[in-house]
Amino acid sequence: MSRTLTATRRSPMAAPRSFVWSRRIFLTLLTGFVLLPVYVMLSSSLKPLEDVSGKFRWWPSGLTIRPYIDIWSTVPLAKYFLNSLIVAGAATVCSVVIAIFAAYGVSRYRFRGKRLFTVTVLSTQMFPGILFLLPLFLIYVNIGNSTGIALFGSRLGLILTYLTFSLPFSIWMLIGYFESVPRDLDEAAMVDGCGPLGALFRVVVPAAVPGIVAVAVYAFMTAWGEVLFASVMTNDTTRTLAIGLQGYATQNDVYWNQVMAASLVVSVPVVAGFLLLQRYLVAGLTAGAVK
Amino acid sequence: MRRTRAAAASAVTVSLLAAVTACGGGSSTDGGSNDSPKTLTYWASNQGASIEADKKILTPELKKFEEQTGIKVKLEVIPWSDLLNRILAAATSGQGPDVLNIGNTWSASLQATGALLPWDAKNFGKIGGKDRFVESALGSAGATGSDPAAVPLYSMAYALYYNKKMFEDAGISGPPATWDELVADGKKISKDDKWALGAEGANPSENIHHVFVLGKQHGADFFDADGKPDFTSDGAVAAVKQYVDLMGKDKVVAPGNAEYAQNQSLQDFAKDKTSMVLWQTASATLKAHGMSDDEWGVAPVPVQSGTPGAGEAVNSMVAGINMAVFKNTDNIDGALKFVKFMTSDAEQKALNKTYGSIPSVKAAQEDPAFNTPALKVIRETLAKSAAPLPQVPNESQFETAVGTAVKELFAEAAAGRPVSTAAVKEKLDEAQQQMPKK
Amino acid sequence: MTVTASPAVGKETPPGATGPAPRRRTGRVRRIALPYLLLLPALLLELLVHLVPMVIGIVMSFKELTQFYIRDWGAAPWTAFDNYSLSVDFDAPIGKALLHSFFVTCAFTVLSVGLCWLLGTTAAVYMQENFRGRGFLRAVFLVPYALPVYAAVITWAFMFQRDNGLVNHVLHDQLGLTDSPSFWLIGDNSFVALLVVSVWKGWPFAFLIVMAGLQNIPKELYEAAAIDGAGLLQQLRRITLPSLRPVNQVLVLVLFLWTFNDFNTPYVLFGKSAPEAADLISIHIYQASFVTWNFGTGSAMSVLLLLFLLVVTGAYLALTSRGRRAADV
Repeated sequence: MSRTLTATRRSPMAAPRSFVWSRRIFLTLLTGFVLLPVYVMLSSSLKPLEDVSGKFRWWPSGLTIRPYIDIWSTVPLAKYFLNSLIVAGAATVCSVVIAIFAAYGVSRYRFRGKRLFTVTVLSTQMFPGILFLLPLFLIYVNIGNSTGIALFGSRLGLILTYLTFSLPFSIWMLIGYFESVPRDLDEAAMVDGCGPLGALFRVVVPAAVPGIVAVAVYAFMTAWGEVLFASVMTNDTTRTLAIGLQGYATQNDVYWNQVMAASLVVSVPVVAGFLLLQRYLVAGLTAGAVK
Repeated sequence: MRRTRAAAASAVTVSLLAAVTACGGGSSTDGGSNDSPKTLTYWASNQGASIEADKKILTPELKKFEEQTGIKVKLEVIPWSDLLNRILAAATSGQGPDVLNIGNTWSASLQATGALLPWDAKNFGKIGGKDRFVESALGSAGATGSDPAAVPLYSMAYALYYNKKMFEDAGISGPPATWDELVADGKKISKDDKWALGAEGANPSENIHHVFVLGKQHGADFFDADGKPDFTSDGAVAAVKQYVDLMGKDKVVAPGNAEYAQNQSLQDFAKDKTSMVLWQTASATLKAHGMSDDEWGVAPVPVQSGTPGAGEAVNSMVAGINMAVFKNTDNIDGALKFVKFMTSDAEQKALNKTYGSIPSVKAAQEDPAFNTPALKVIRETLAKSAAPLPQVPNESQFETAVGTAVKELFAEAAAGRPVSTAAVKEKLDEAQQQMPKK
Repeated sequence: MTVTASPAVGKETPPGATGPAPRRRTGRVRRIALPYLLLLPALLLELLVHLVPMVIGIVMSFKELTQFYIRDWGAAPWTAFDNYSLSVDFDAPIGKALLHSFFVTCAFTVLSVGLCWLLGTTAAVYMQENFRGRGFLRAVFLVPYALPVYAAVITWAFMFQRDNGLVNHVLHDQLGLTDSPSFWLIGDNSFVALLVVSVWKGWPFAFLIVMAGLQNIPKELYEAAAIDGAGLLQQLRRITLPSLRPVNQVLVLVLFLWTFNDFNTPYVLFGKSAPEAADLISIHIYQASFVTWNFGTGSAMSVLLLLFLLVVTGAYLALTSRGRRAADV
């Protein structure tokens, strides 16, 4: 069965030569576009400071690994990295879980206020950050004053903020993915004795893995790169990378080579994570699950 | 049915709102208290080569303070990109440090928020008196006619840095003393991809600093006596035009400088691409870019004619860092002790030496360390021919509006389009109309 | 608003058909409460982080919230519609600049979203079928997404420098396309620079979402089409694109909203004052509120922006959902 399936699956896309060539050309150009800045980063990160700001050359001369040593002492890079990892990681996990529940509720149940909920959630994507930065900050401070829960300046506050930033889109995407999972599947599971949550986690979630992974990647990156809110809501101990990297630009000088070196260093684990995850982006909806 | 639900939702929202506004604002403890006399939080600005370097420099000093007084100081060094936003947020919420550094040009703006402790005679008395401080530095610590909102901590002024070798090669005997000389010398140097003068054309603050001084030299202030903006006076227009003309008409500034905002002009200087820059403290950066101290010289910034002095012979703004106390601190006595400590002669000498700036305290300036050729020029400029930027609450709007206008004029000049007096006036008029009406 | 009329969500779900059999077995109270419980965490967070702050922001837009009042914003004087009339007085410089910034943002958004979507979809479609190196490329394409925004944009700024940057090195020195090196970070070209960076940074997201969406298209559809003799382009037109419609509907919308509100890219590329040709509205408002400390006017501009986006979104949803609405009534 599986062999015939792959065989028939290949044939429609076993593409003509022109297709393969156009694909090669397109993907090569695109790769060049994507990697060009990465190359500039890499080559600049290997130059001494007085060379970085000079005329651009494709092949740098006078390479040094000094920037890769200096980055750790110019700013507390390790601490910022850890902060970013904790904040983005926690925000991602919470956001995905909460979005899964909400999307399941919307896609599988009929209830009053459903339309209001989905439309409200979507509309939050329109809010310009500038409009609610100051108010949100005030709310956090006041919650802190009245309950003692430190939201302002803490990782917790940042996690809550970022997870909510990614929530609306995550919910919307997951509703779409969940709806493409045939309803008979979870009904069958419920007939087999699972509760609604059992059906959700045993049937619906496994079938929607690519969507969930895509949403998780999105949630992570939202938290990973955010600049505006982090600049006001963090302090010395909770500062994230997005802000911390600006520490290489000081009053009198910009340590270009170190900015680039540090950016590459902190991106390697993230890209490695993507490499590991990208399998799941496509492995999800198996033929078996659909049939 | 839907309507009731919406009503319920809005009721929740309203009550949440009420909870927020009820305890909004941080004005509960005006004047400060002494609820936690053993600790202080201090926000320092980034003065050294990096944030970590600052921490290394300041921590031993804070230890010393702790030994003397038993007060532990929690230090946070804040990058310049964040500092103003953090202060604004702190002022809005009342959640801030006890003591903090501010750029001295922000003094009047921040003073207007009412979040900073005013330095009246009583408070000055607790840190050794007002007359210990250099007068020009005190002049940029708050609006004229009111008690300063901060005390000066580190002082700086602009000077002309020039490349000795490039001057020699062009057959120029010494640094220019007037703008005419600078342009004349500049034309000798500006050829073969070498340029006479560097500028940070895309940096609004930097533009303001120079345009302000040129304005003074043309007899213009950008604000009238009542603090109202007056950007379109003949003097102001002439000042902006003169600055932009250095690139457009005189061609002594490289067109590429129109996009500089990251201190690239200093790097060009270090690489012998430009022969002069107008800068505050450059030596550490020049060294980092491979230029040794004996390759460059320092002279006062040029004037229109004669020698630098007061009035129309001003040749620098008063630059520097001030130290302020948050009004709602819960350790007011400790905060004042800490300011006293940081402005003591010994600390002033030690810290300013490290940072390459000038002490804001007269007695500390006597130290021979501040008598090097470079620092001597800057010290004398500060004492004799530096003027504070307008000390008005709208100073930051002024920097943004006029600084950006100059940036746009530079972009015009760089593109090879002529910049006429009328065009300058129009830009400045537009900038003026963007200022708040009050 | 118009948005309420948009179905979009319920689309292929005939709501009544939600498996009545299993539900009958659970208790009545639980049955009614369950969907609300599922939604509760999301709702609470939205209230805390988005909705309540936004209401406060709207209140602020009716106040004179300058540095004189920020310490106790509740006590700031009411100005009725002064902040709004200041923002929409298109004859005065403030209103004129805002309007200009608005048009720049619209042009920028349309181009950026279009290009992001095009690149993302093309790449995803090309990579639908397995070939050697596909997994590797997939990871490579996500690199712009993985680099911290600040680092990526500062690198582009570095490349766009007039005298020392890579872009002019290639265009002017190596290819000789321009007579003199051009400015990219100031003047009119800054729009192009901003667009390039924005597309570079934004298209991987479209790629990611479309790629995930493609996985949900049953292979049988292609098989059947192939048997009918449909070529690749026809398969693309008849199967791939229609199947992607629900995904695209949301994708294009959020790309539009994010690009319109994007703050990080122009801020890092140009600093606090963007050149006129690339003066995006987010930076403009940031300047109006944070740099010049007039949060009232800044909030008013934000609210106007929000109203515009609501109208556009409503119209968009109404247009794109037509034809699928029948299922959702």
